[in-house]
Amino acid sequence: MNFESFSAFLTMGGHGPYVWSCYGLTLLVLLFNGLAPGRRKRRFLREQGARQRRQEPPQEHT
Amino acid sequence: MKVPAPLVRLWHRLGSPRWFFETTAPWLPWLLGLGVVLLGAGAFWGLALAPADYLQGNSFRIIYVHVPAAILAQSCYMLMGTCGVVLLVWRMKLADMVLEAAAPIGASFTALALITGAVWGKPTWGTWWAWDARVTSMLILLFLYLGIIGLRQALARPEAAGRACAILAIVGLVNIPIIKYSVDWWLTLHQPSTFKLTEKPAMPPSMWIPLLLSVLGFYALFVWSVLQSTRVVVLERERRTAWVQNFVTEQGSKP
Repeated sequence: MNFESFSAFLTMGGHGPYVWSCYGLTLLVLLFNGLAPGRRKRRFLREQGARQRRQEPPQEHT
Repeated sequence: MKVPAPLVRLWHRLGSPRWFFETTAPWLPWLLGLGVVLLGAGAFWGLALAPADYLQGNSFRIIYVHVPAAILAQSCYMLMGTCGVVLLVWRMKLADMVLEAAAPIGASFTALALITGAVWGKPTWGTWWAWDARVTSMLILLFLYLGIIGLRQALARPEAAGRACAILAIVGLVNIPIIKYSVDWWLTLHQPSTFKLTEKPAMPPSMWIPLLLSVLGFYALFVWSVLQSTRVVVLERERRTAWVQNFVTEQGSKP
């Protein structure tokens, strides 16, 4: 362990705000990139499901 | 030149959106797990265990998120340039789907690299922003990403949009070596690369091993995000096919 106490770990010798804001932002970006497709997929399934119930038998084509 | 038949079949299968959708499904939890473990280890090691830099103090710990973000920003662009070539030469529609899915993710990593660089620059260079060659070429990369995203939204016909995005992605590839060599070609504030193919890192192992771990973790999470996103694009664009409609019906009948 490089730091003597937990508070030294948090303040990082005065660089704490810089370091922690970068790590926080990174976490947000990674979470957003990972979770956004799930939201888009659920929306697609809802809308496409509604479209299919309304009309058209599926075409035989892949 | 005659290409052997099994290779042709493999190529056609690789280009099939349905094959892609079904094959990649089981990879997702493994990629997520791998990414969380690698990045978690790299970040903990980098934040708590690695020694402080003798010049930069603790602000140097930003390297463990800044460098992976910058590497992925460029890797993602090279992926998109490759997809552009595959789309234009072989008309493989899966390449266009990856191009669409990867663009916002690449843009987010580029923005992350620029912002974490700015925050790191404040205590180290004494300024948030400098029109340094490395920083400027990364800003151009961000504009390329935004241009590709905007171009697709601006063009109504999907085939035309795909081709236009592919061309822009390929043309923009010239920026990648400029980013890479910017620190060697111009006098810059930006420090040279930590990892080089031909030399050992100038850092001690207690500093560069966590960096390697977080770069690998970023790669796993990047692939995880791009696969997920491409799978949704596959569903959206193939929604008129029987297999997608069956998939939607199956999903709808689940509780």
